[in-house]
Amino acid sequence: MATLIRAIGDFDVAEEAVQEAFVVALERWPHEGVPANPGAWITQVARNRAIDRLRRETVLRDKVAALERLEALHAEPEAGPGERLGEIEDDRLRLIFTCCHPALSIEARVALTLRSLGGLSTGEIARAFLSGESAMAQRIVRAKRKIAANNIPYEVPVVEQMPERLPAVLATLYLIFNEGYLAGSGEELVRTELSGEAIRLTRILVAMLPREPETRALLALMLLTDARRPARVDEQGELVLLEDQDRALWDRERIAEGLELSGDAAAGGPAGPYTIQARIAATHAEAASAAETDWARIARLYEWHAEIAPSPIVELNRAAAVAMRDGPQAGLDLIEAIEGLDDYHPLHGARADLLRRLGRVEEAAAAYRRALELAPNPVERRFLERRLAQASE
Amino acid sequence: MQFMLALIAEERSWEDVTPDEVKKNLAEMGQFNAELTEAGAMVTGAGLQERATGTTVHYSDDEPLVTDGPFAETKEQLAGFWVIEVESLDDALAWAKKIPLKSGHVEIRPMVTGGKELLEKAERS
Repeated sequence: MATLIRAIGDFDVAEEAVQEAFVVALERWPHEGVPANPGAWITQVARNRAIDRLRRETVLRDKVAALERLEALHAEPEAGPGERLGEIEDDRLRLIFTCCHPALSIEARVALTLRSLGGLSTGEIARAFLSGESAMAQRIVRAKRKIAANNIPYEVPVVEQMPERLPAVLATLYLIFNEGYLAGSGEELVRTELSGEAIRLTRILVAMLPREPETRALLALMLLTDARRPARVDEQGELVLLEDQDRALWDRERIAEGLELSGDAAAGGPAGPYTIQARIAATHAEAASAAETDWARIARLYEWHAEIAPSPIVELNRAAAVAMRDGPQAGLDLIEAIEGLDDYHPLHGARADLLRRLGRVEEAAAAYRRALELAPNPVERRFLERRLAQASE
Repeated sequence: MQFMLALIAEERSWEDVTPDEVKKNLAEMGQFNAELTEAGAMVTGAGLQERATGTTVHYSDDEPLVTDGPFAETKEQLAGFWVIEVESLDDALAWAKKIPLKSGHVEIRPMVTGGKELLEKAERS
């Protein structure tokens, strides 16, 4: 049976084919005698039946229907720790890999994952990403059709394929989490439902693929980041920076779980980008205050990150850590050297902050104004406006 | 199911290429093609001659119009193609990754079989 599922890539078709093969055996064996290798005979007949069926039926309709059946699974209760992970979790895992196939655009992966595996309706997804409901429905339908037209199988990639398939899944989940943690749109700073979905799905992934350190690290990173959520916004709904946050509000339970996971991930082999980011988040979580944070360690971790996975965003974070370790001028020098982030408002916000600390008031005000032009979230915009007003005083 | 692998690459002028390079490239591509054939995945395939040898026919309500050269004046051109018979996009991707190329790209498209896909698409819209 497992052989057949692997060969056909469709659980239902395989199961039905095996049943048909047994019916054929019941008809024939009494007359023709039992074959020398009954198991191989059944597999062979089932395989032929499955091929016939797949040829007979329109592949498209079949696959879309299969996807819809699997979609219904998100209504099933989630298995808690210690419970045996059954067939439903297997199906879920296969579906995560199908929804996050690297042949799909990242937007399509996000939408399809939330629709098929998250508890979100098309309308909710559309609102979360400030898109029209019909446009979002179109995107999901198109992604499903691409899966069907290309016969993309519902299966967990084999071990050799994992290094190239897992990053697409992790990137999708991380994007969903980030959209929830710092909403690009809407009135509120955080969208708890998106972050919650990302954490839930990553938990399933960790339970199913316990040997993948990057998966554990991503969950750790999410938990450690999410733990700070209660302190990120004050009673008036205004943004509070990490250095000013009341750390007593941080969720200790999430931190404890995150620290344990990040420790496991760090011990689990060569470090990937999520392992390093989880360790950075762990360093923040362990510090009693911003001043007592081990900034030298954080700067080193970002340097390491830049070595294995360089990007301008990593450079920006490294600059912020270096500014805390070596002073604002050292951080500013690094920021000025970054290319390709001219439209990224956090760069201008960080630059403005360092200029302010250096007493270069006019340049700071100009940088705050640039950040304001680019920032989409109203809560962030109000924060930048307050800073701009302070700088202009 | 069948996929078309369309090889899109920048055309190099012949002066740039040494005979040894040509021989090496042909041998590598021949090896890849042999692998495809041996696995039973090869349906057909060919490299195309340089685009200056191409002719385009444009269709409209009037008579078809014949012009010189390929239609698109882009640097990258269709340089060759394969049609392969495999189970899924994942298999097609696995083959595509083995193509001995140092530049350019390969576009992978599932093929229409018997027009059913087109008919369904028309029925849906």
